[in-house]
Amino acid sequence: MDFVKLIIDNKQVEVPAGTTIYKAAHQLGIEIPVLCYMNLEHMNIENKPAGCRICVVEVEGRRNLAPSCSTDVVEGMVVRTNTMRVLNARRTVLEFILSDHPKDCLVCPKSGNCELQDLAVKMGVRKIHNEEISQMSSYRVDYSPSIIRDLDKCVMCRRCETMCNDVQTVGALHAVNRGFMSVVAPAFEMDLVKSTCTYCGQCVAVCPTGALAEVDNTPQLIRALSDTKKTVIVQTAPAVRAALGEEFGYPAGTSVTGKMVAALRRLGFDYVFDTDFAADLTIMEEGTELLGRLEKHLKGEPVKLPILTSCCPSWVNFFEQQYPDMLDIPSTARSPQQMFGAIAKTYFADKINVKREDLIVVSIMPCLAKKYECQREEFKTDGNPDVDYSISTRELAHLIKEANMDLRNMPDEDFDNPLGESTGAGVIFGTTGGVIEAAVRTAYEVFTKKKLEKVDFQQLRGMEGIRSASVDIDGFELKIGIAHGLGNARKLLEDIRAGKSEYHAIEIMACPGGCVGGGGQPLHHGHSEILQKRAAALYREDAEKPIRKSHDNPMIIELYEKFLGHPMSEKAHHLLHTHYVDKATVIKTIE
Amino acid sequence: MAESKVALKRADKEKLVEVCREFNNKPGELINVLHRAQNIFGYLPAEVQEVIASELNVALAKVYGVVTFYSYFTMIPRGKYPISVCTGTACYVRGAEKVLDEFKRLLKLEVGETAADGVFSLNCLRCVGACGLAPVVLVGEKTYGRVSSDQVRKILEEYGYEG
Amino acid sequence: MAKYSMHILVCGGTGCRAAQGLAITESLKKEIDENNLNDTVQVIETGCFGFCEKGPIVKIMPDNTFYVQVKPEDTKEIIAEHVIKGRKVERLLFVDPDKKEKVSDSKHMGFYRKQLRIALRNCGFIDPENIEEYIGREGYEALGRCLTEMKPQDVIKIIKDSGLRGRGGGGFPTGLKWEIASKNHADQKYVVCNADEGDPGAFMDRSILEGDPHSILEAMTICGYATAATKGLVYIRAEYPLAIKRLQVAIKQARESGLLGKDILGSGFDFDVELRFGAGAFVCGEETALIHSMEGERGEPTVKPPFPAESGYWGKPTNVNNVETFANIPVILIKGATWFRSIGTEKSPGTKVFALAGKINNVGLIEVPMGITLREVIFEIGGGIKDGKKFKAVQTGGPSGGCLTTKHLDTPIEFDTLIAAGSMMGSGGMIVVDEDDCMVSVAKFYLEFTVEESCGKCAPCRIGNKRLHEVLTKICNGNGTREDLELLDNMSRVIKDTALCGLGQTSPNPVLSTLDNFYDEYLEHVDDKKCRAGVCKSLMQYVIQPDNCVGCTACARVCPVGAITGERKGIHFIDQSLCIKCGACIEKCKFNAIFIQ
Repeated sequence: MDFVKLIIDNKQVEVPAGTTIYKAAHQLGIEIPVLCYMNLEHMNIENKPAGCRICVVEVEGRRNLAPSCSTDVVEGMVVRTNTMRVLNARRTVLEFILSDHPKDCLVCPKSGNCELQDLAVKMGVRKIHNEEISQMSSYRVDYSPSIIRDLDKCVMCRRCETMCNDVQTVGALHAVNRGFMSVVAPAFEMDLVKSTCTYCGQCVAVCPTGALAEVDNTPQLIRALSDTKKTVIVQTAPAVRAALGEEFGYPAGTSVTGKMVAALRRLGFDYVFDTDFAADLTIMEEGTELLGRLEKHLKGEPVKLPILTSCCPSWVNFFEQQYPDMLDIPSTARSPQQMFGAIAKTYFADKINVKREDLIVVSIMPCLAKKYECQREEFKTDGNPDVDYSISTRELAHLIKEANMDLRNMPDEDFDNPLGESTGAGVIFGTTGGVIEAAVRTAYEVFTKKKLEKVDFQQLRGMEGIRSASVDIDGFELKIGIAHGLGNARKLLEDIRAGKSEYHAIEIMACPGGCVGGGGQPLHHGHSEILQKRAAALYREDAEKPIRKSHDNPMIIELYEKFLGHPMSEKAHHLLHTHYVDKATVIKTIE
Repeated sequence: MAESKVALKRADKEKLVEVCREFNNKPGELINVLHRAQNIFGYLPAEVQEVIASELNVALAKVYGVVTFYSYFTMIPRGKYPISVCTGTACYVRGAEKVLDEFKRLLKLEVGETAADGVFSLNCLRCVGACGLAPVVLVGEKTYGRVSSDQVRKILEEYGYEG
Repeated sequence: MAKYSMHILVCGGTGCRAAQGLAITESLKKEIDENNLNDTVQVIETGCFGFCEKGPIVKIMPDNTFYVQVKPEDTKEIIAEHVIKGRKVERLLFVDPDKKEKVSDSKHMGFYRKQLRIALRNCGFIDPENIEEYIGREGYEALGRCLTEMKPQDVIKIIKDSGLRGRGGGGFPTGLKWEIASKNHADQKYVVCNADEGDPGAFMDRSILEGDPHSILEAMTICGYATAATKGLVYIRAEYPLAIKRLQVAIKQARESGLLGKDILGSGFDFDVELRFGAGAFVCGEETALIHSMEGERGEPTVKPPFPAESGYWGKPTNVNNVETFANIPVILIKGATWFRSIGTEKSPGTKVFALAGKINNVGLIEVPMGITLREVIFEIGGGIKDGKKFKAVQTGGPSGGCLTTKHLDTPIEFDTLIAAGSMMGSGGMIVVDEDDCMVSVAKFYLEFTVEESCGKCAPCRIGNKRLHEVLTKICNGNGTREDLELLDNMSRVIKDTALCGLGQTSPNPVLSTLDNFYDEYLEHVDDKKCRAGVCKSLMQYVIQPDNCVGCTACARVCPVGAITGERKGIHFIDQSLCIKCGACIEKCKFNAIFIQ
């Protein structure tokens, strides 16, 4: 590799050719402020439209200031990142941006966690000149079940556009209009609900300001918790425990399961349960479905393969919209969140003798699509939803702080029973590759009737966008595909459509990294290594669990014995499976 | 799914599909396809953009993003007599603004609007290259040169204006 | 042209066409037919003659008679008198404004005397829709020589030696650009002609394409040969239907003649040209934005490097030149680099086409050697200021340029001197303003344009220009302060320093150059709340002078808002709170009783 020597702020540095000034400065410990630039290095996602012009620096011999995020270093280059010319330019440009940005930080969902606010603090902008005559670019606020778009706060960093188009290939958002009124929006500036949005929330996860935010369900939750007539129970998704600690000063990758349970109990939930339990249940149903299809396949009967996982609501939206011709390929198993809700409002409600309408089921999710999912008509009985509210990891962190609790001072407590019992297989649902690994653990033992000696399937783990592996199941080579990020999922789907796919089973998660990188997680602010650390935490927790295979979960066994019968039974079908709807855009014609 | 103000006639859809096919349904031909579509329909309503997006396999939001970027493309049908006042610099310094104001006043239209009865629409354009005739006004294909504000009413009356 | 003894050239440029040029052609043809002159007299619709002010123009060859402001009804007389009887139609001749003499040969007109036509060499001389006429004037000779006698690097060397610089505004050396493109290897390379002329008030590219389309095709093919590109694309404004039509005709003819397509002139070299249409975005004149637009995207610019010569259209090496630059190429190759260098100045050899417009007597398209002074252009070629008013400034370089004033009148015009004077060459728009124009308003006008045309990608251009426009509006409305002037200056400098593309980086130039040259006018607006040109409506009042008012009521009747009251034969009065300052009353008053305060 060729190396290039240059001088930044009087310090010499040597970096590989093709490095940007921004990265070279970073190597010297000089942090140049940025706004639009975002580099999710571990995901191979880079957004650098060079549009905000906050990261400009002075380069000797160049007439204008250069954007450090997108200017490559050159041998002998002399760069200054902090001359008065640079500072004045940055401050003036920031004032421009702020002059077209609402000042209602006090009630903004991103307040305290906003990259624009941080910049304003750093640069000390104290006044917007001529504010009274400065027109603002203003747009209608758009509410959807998961995401709120308040584009008055858009700074045109284009990060969301990159996520929605380049990474997710959903194409719901695009830059529209020109000049002062340009903004990122769906076609015809229509509501998200009418667009091809899947609510994956990756736009929210990267938005530097409050332009894109989650729907806040904590007010309903507080009302429910204060209603003495209601029994309020909570389920927490696996990825939440691996990230919640970040909001309380723990280093990324610290698992805070026990403290989270304690905090939830102190918030007033009557029962604190675990979505991991439902994840184990999912494996029973989905695994059985897989084995059923495989058996047919081995007998030479016509059957749809590969089977695709269906626990990710954003992914479900994606194929319902974009692959309506392939609705019979995914597993019919509901997601763990919804399985939990269905069991809670039947089996558990009966058990504690509470009427369905008096039982409130809340979920804590790393995800924004879950907010939408629990509102789907398929998951309601007489209008009463199986899961009432879905709260994101960020909202939970906020609620805990609001209740004057510091997670760090919480004791470690255990989940309640029966819906709190889970296995290591359920825990790893929260990361890419985890669902399929859990499924393989069970499928192996059920299929071969032999004990699985080595539970860890390293070949299924990792952060590559598309992975493939084969697992030897007693002589049968099970071919597995894994994709995270909907753009990667699309590639596998196109192969299936073209009849080129050789997989038996494919796991798909909509978010890069899987649920650990979900749209409801603490903001990573571009530090993509955080996602790997969260995944590692889940694998650690899995390794520490006494039971690591879903079908060994005693509470699952009991559930089938006492209530469901067996996997794929009629009752299981009714409560734990679903159907998919063709949501493709149809162009109507008239004669 | 976008709400359509008007549904698309089958024949019109077929025309569009044919245009896209002429350009081999290549996403890179989006602008060429939009030009042709606007030639056919006079404007680019939502339904037309839907068909183009689906035929070229381009996200609808992107089609809209492109349509709204270029001032030549419009989603508003133009009037039977589209009026364009040149506001290029040469016309500006020779009084185009007063002429434009008079059109606005008489037609009760803002720039970019089409009258409710669909007869007149008012637009600005930048330099038609007839600076010798500044200020210049175009009504459809017809050019009026050296227009002053008191001639505006007379020009409109040629097209049946009675206001 | 041999078989005819006489040719009547009718200007078919957009300006003259708009003024009934087509009807003149039709009418001339009819007259010729009726007089049985079809075998001896030919009517040719040519490209632009340049003298738009006096259009429509009709020229009779071979005696070089130049008729101005011809109307369709004049054609009978032209045929009967001039063609048949050999007597010039005196009343249609140009009158020299100084000597008050009639001039029949354009060579002797002030407008043409100092012009030197290289890029426009064929405009107004040939029928642009006839390839034979182009070939008759050395057309495609340069291409033939290149393909048969020269290696690509020889071609590049001549262009480099000629010192030709890009005429689109930047002034980048053309030969160097070609050389970079030639050195980047790829399976496919492109040549792009930038015909997205967007400067309001500049129409030279359009005139060249309308008047001499083959010269562009020939030059693009030569460029293709020099840079090893086999595909050419002309990115042209959809608003230029006539230029598009003539290019399409020219491409068809060139293909039929084996001058485009496979194995051109038996040399084994393949090259073909396609059209791509712009859709009304000024920023697409910037080459990266242009390329994105050709790929079906929003025309947003991207950071350079990489330059198009490395990674352009679909990521392939792409050489982008503008129309006027290309128009120079064939001539340079025929006459040589030394000849070209003998014209113009050392740093800016050759000529430049300018679109002269605004408050000037001779509006039109001119081509002059670099190094000519503004004085020569404005007062000799342009014939001075309209209605005997006082020259105030000339805006060059369109919205990216700046204002030059009386103190710059003797500055030689070339790329670098204009930049040093705070303006730029741009594509060659030259708008003259006089004492009746307010310089703050002129700056505001340009900013309005930039705000409308900003792509919105980078913050300084998207928001900064909007803020500049708002502060200028504030000043024009009489609410400006001295602090605002400082703000204008700082905002402008930062936008220049930080904007992403050429459009953004030059957008504050009209503000900076007016601040520089007309600071006193800004101060008057801010301190005295006065607009000396009487343009800023908020800073003036329409007042009735009681002594002159006869009470005719004409003003009261014309006032659209009923702000004027008064008895018949009594003195009238304008209610300032109602007055919208439309100026209708002042135009109507026959007694000079209304004045602006």
